[in-house]
Amino acid sequence: MRKLLLLSIVLITGVVFAARLFYLQIYDTSYQKLSENNAVKVVYNYPQRGYIFDRKGNLLVSNQPSYDVMVIPKDVKPLDTLEFCKLLKIEKEDFKRILEKAWVYSPRIAQVFIPQLTKSEYAALSEKMYKYRGFYIQKRSLRNYHVRHSSNVLGYISEVNERIIKQNPYYQMGELIGMGGVEKQYEEVLRGTKGVKYIQKDRFNRDIGPYKEGIFDTLPTRGNDIMLTIDADLQQYGEELMINKRGGIVALEPKTGEILALVAAPNYDPALLVGRDRSKNFTKLYYDTIAKPLFDRVLQGEYPPGSPFKTLTALIGLQEGVIDLDERVYCHGGYRYGNRTLGCHHHSTPLSLIPGIANSCNAYFATVYRRTIDKYPTPQEGIDHWREHLVSFGLGNYLGYDLPAGNKGLIPDSDYYNRAYQYPKYKWYTPATISNSIGQGEVSLTPMQMVNFTAAIANRGYYYKPHIIKNIVGADSIPEKYTVKNYTTIDPEYFEPVIQGMFDVYNYGTASHLKIPGIEICGKTGTAENYIRVNGKRMQLTDHSVFVAFAPKDDPKIAIAVFVENGYWGSRWAGKIASLLIEKYLKGEITRKDLENFVLSGSLMDEYSKPYSGEPFKINQ
Amino acid sequence: MGDYKRNVQLDWLTIFSYLALVFIGWINIYSASLSESSQGFFDFNQIYFKQLVFIVTSLGLIIFILALDSKFYERFSSIIYLVSLASLLGLFIFGKNVNGATSWYSFGSIGLQPSEFAKAATALALGKYVSDIQTNMKELKHQLRTFLIIALPALFIIPQPDPGSALVYAAFVFPLYREGLNYIFVLIGFIAALLFVGTLLIGIQWMILIIFIVLTIILLKKKKRNRIKWSQYAIIAAACIGFTFSVSYVFNTVFEQRHRDRFNIVLGKEVDEKGIGYNTNQSEIAIGSGSWTGKGWLQGTQTKGNFVPEQHTDYIFSTIGEEWGFLGSITVVGLFVFLIIRLLILAERQKSTFGRVYGYGVASILFFHFFVNVGMVTGLFPTIGIPLPFISYGGSSLWGFTILLFIFVKLDASNYINR
Repeated sequence: MRKLLLLSIVLITGVVFAARLFYLQIYDTSYQKLSENNAVKVVYNYPQRGYIFDRKGNLLVSNQPSYDVMVIPKDVKPLDTLEFCKLLKIEKEDFKRILEKAWVYSPRIAQVFIPQLTKSEYAALSEKMYKYRGFYIQKRSLRNYHVRHSSNVLGYISEVNERIIKQNPYYQMGELIGMGGVEKQYEEVLRGTKGVKYIQKDRFNRDIGPYKEGIFDTLPTRGNDIMLTIDADLQQYGEELMINKRGGIVALEPKTGEILALVAAPNYDPALLVGRDRSKNFTKLYYDTIAKPLFDRVLQGEYPPGSPFKTLTALIGLQEGVIDLDERVYCHGGYRYGNRTLGCHHHSTPLSLIPGIANSCNAYFATVYRRTIDKYPTPQEGIDHWREHLVSFGLGNYLGYDLPAGNKGLIPDSDYYNRAYQYPKYKWYTPATISNSIGQGEVSLTPMQMVNFTAAIANRGYYYKPHIIKNIVGADSIPEKYTVKNYTTIDPEYFEPVIQGMFDVYNYGTASHLKIPGIEICGKTGTAENYIRVNGKRMQLTDHSVFVAFAPKDDPKIAIAVFVENGYWGSRWAGKIASLLIEKYLKGEITRKDLENFVLSGSLMDEYSKPYSGEPFKINQ
Repeated sequence: MGDYKRNVQLDWLTIFSYLALVFIGWINIYSASLSESSQGFFDFNQIYFKQLVFIVTSLGLIIFILALDSKFYERFSSIIYLVSLASLLGLFIFGKNVNGATSWYSFGSIGLQPSEFAKAATALALGKYVSDIQTNMKELKHQLRTFLIIALPALFIIPQPDPGSALVYAAFVFPLYREGLNYIFVLIGFIAALLFVGTLLIGIQWMILIIFIVLTIILLKKKKRNRIKWSQYAIIAAACIGFTFSVSYVFNTVFEQRHRDRFNIVLGKEVDEKGIGYNTNQSEIAIGSGSWTGKGWLQGTQTKGNFVPEQHTDYIFSTIGEEWGFLGSITVVGLFVFLIIRLLILAERQKSTFGRVYGYGVASILFFHFFVNVGMVTGLFPTIGIPLPFISYGGSSLWGFTILLFIFVKLDASNYINR
């Protein structure tokens, strides 16, 4: 027995150690992570973000270096705070406060002390930096805007938030990501790929060389440049014309679907969201809940389209065979249904289709619409057929363009009315939806959708999905969905009379005073009634001024939709703006200086302040 | 002829185990000490090169030890022991203070640590005394003298201060037990250790409760067979409780904070990763990150980053764990277990009591070092700074263990010469 004591203790010890080692090395895998955190530092190398050009190759956005003063609180040694604060242009209290905050966050982790120094601040500071232990300067790359427009198109970049980090493991705290506009849409193209370096640390957190001789390291790849379909001159001109007005302008090239201009008003200078004042400016824009400069009216604004919608009513009527070109419809101050009237303005009567469009006769289109719906046994079936045609123009749903903002608009279907009228408990008939015929009532479109159907008309029956990307450097082509024709349900032959009607709008109709010598323009005015709620009270505001147009008539190079909130009748603001933009785009210069001055200096700010003034006000003055 | 062959037979299993451990030690010291500033391989300032020199000189020592007549060790054991004691005492006058401990003689660039050699000397002296025909381990007088032989060097080592090295002498309880020391000594030691850890872990009140419960169970079992000696059990209970209180007292008033910390960390009572528990924690991380096959030689991030202090000496096992993984570290554990068991088998086949006691001494010392060192590095025991035999860096340590082991190899080999 005495021989066995030590022997058994030795054996037991061996087994215990084996078990302990198994636990440490195999069973509990947390040690691997711990050793990695311990000994390997990951350093990212950020590539240059891609540049953004307009369709003519003008540089819109490039990069500029920016210098952040960083601090590792633990390493800070007593210093000449007075001099340091003077160089950074901060107060001594600020210095203490920021440093304390950094201490609380982490004494060991490098943090931004003062972000984004100007070049001159950097120059003054960098000479003396050696004196300030624990502080260093980190170079960052920021966006440099060469234009003061297009902020809604370009978007901006900002630091990733925690939600993004959770969703996308590519991003680390403090990194930048595109927010809004093409910066967001083409984030992966523009950002490139960051390089990564693994650095072996020792226990004092000092670098002692690349980890495993750098076999895991990767080089950054530069972000690719992109060329937008935007015409910077047109865009800028559009934004200038929209000063002191709210609404949107969108211009397309119908033959390609390329977006030439995308103006949302009010807008802001993209440079506001770069640099030291970024967050202050952003807060200001964000909390402007009345003008809503961050709300992209041209993509997100859902408006009653008004009279331009009549062109679609006409096309559907022709396709459904409920009207021919010769039939004339009487209008006695409006369209009567039951004991109600859908009012109309003064014009000669009776009118057939082409002059009906030119004069924008409500009675004519109400008649066509009613016949279209009533062609089918029930209004439900009628509405659904009607809707099918409209959907083929890209209405009632997202259009699929390459910008990260938008809305569906509304093209009601039978379910919509069944719900609204509690069918089958109550029945509903076509007259209940009659306002749809003239682009009022339930239908609503975004300005982008309006220009899309205009382009489809200009193309006589098809459209390309609107898109903003012209070319990605290093990529062969743009996505295929932007290069295929989307056909409407309307046969090509029915477009000519409608186009003729739109042409006559300029010849002798509602926009006859906006003709441009030498250019055959087709257009349609719109005056859209609208309501808002202020403090729970529904009130009618001055009509929206709407205009859609394309030109030239037989070889369309531009289709345009202009929407001016509360601008009253169509040709008062929207028509003028559209006319100027078409001239600018097709001729390169403006001959009608008076018209231009009128629009540039015109302001609707009084109109906009009316509902918030608390005083009774009159509309449509 | 057969006898002649066995005359020169060295135990090659032991020698191969020794060589394997020394080799494993060197390649890991190389990894743990390799630095960017190295100026080529033959740089005497590099730790791995020094260790190589120590290994080569150890081989010279081995030849010298094997060449001496085996009778020499038994005859001169007393003198060797006295010289060893003198060298320990001499430290108080001539010793060189390194890191707060006066454990070294300094000869130019080479330092000698007499406590590393004193183990072999004590083992020899113990063998000599116990094997003496006059000695009876059952007598108190002889027990006390034996105790003195073991305790003297330990007493000289404690004030250096090097309590870890002194603690090693507790290992000699195993050869004594083998030679007939009453099991009660081993049992008392075992119970004392249990009470000690238990008191620290769960506190006095709970320990007293447990003592009473355990004693009551024993009492009830014995009651069925024999008459109960109440007085005996009262004494045992009183002793246990007294010890429990004294542990609490010693721990809280006699121990210094750093001692308390070391125990508390292992008992999991305080986790302070950047403070006192740093070594153990980093060592666990190093070993734990090794997984099955390790990160590969020279690839250990913990090792390269010098996260584990003293990694080439007391914490060398963490390099093995990190770079060679579970397979590597289990191999080293296996080699130690194999070597120690082999030594026990050899000790049992010794013709002389002297050889057997010495053999047991060698096995016990190696086991104690292995047990405490690996236990410490893997976070099972408190931090007690003693080297891992044959593997840890250090000339005195390597030479000391080499002498310790090969005297026994020589004794074993000469069993057959002197028949």
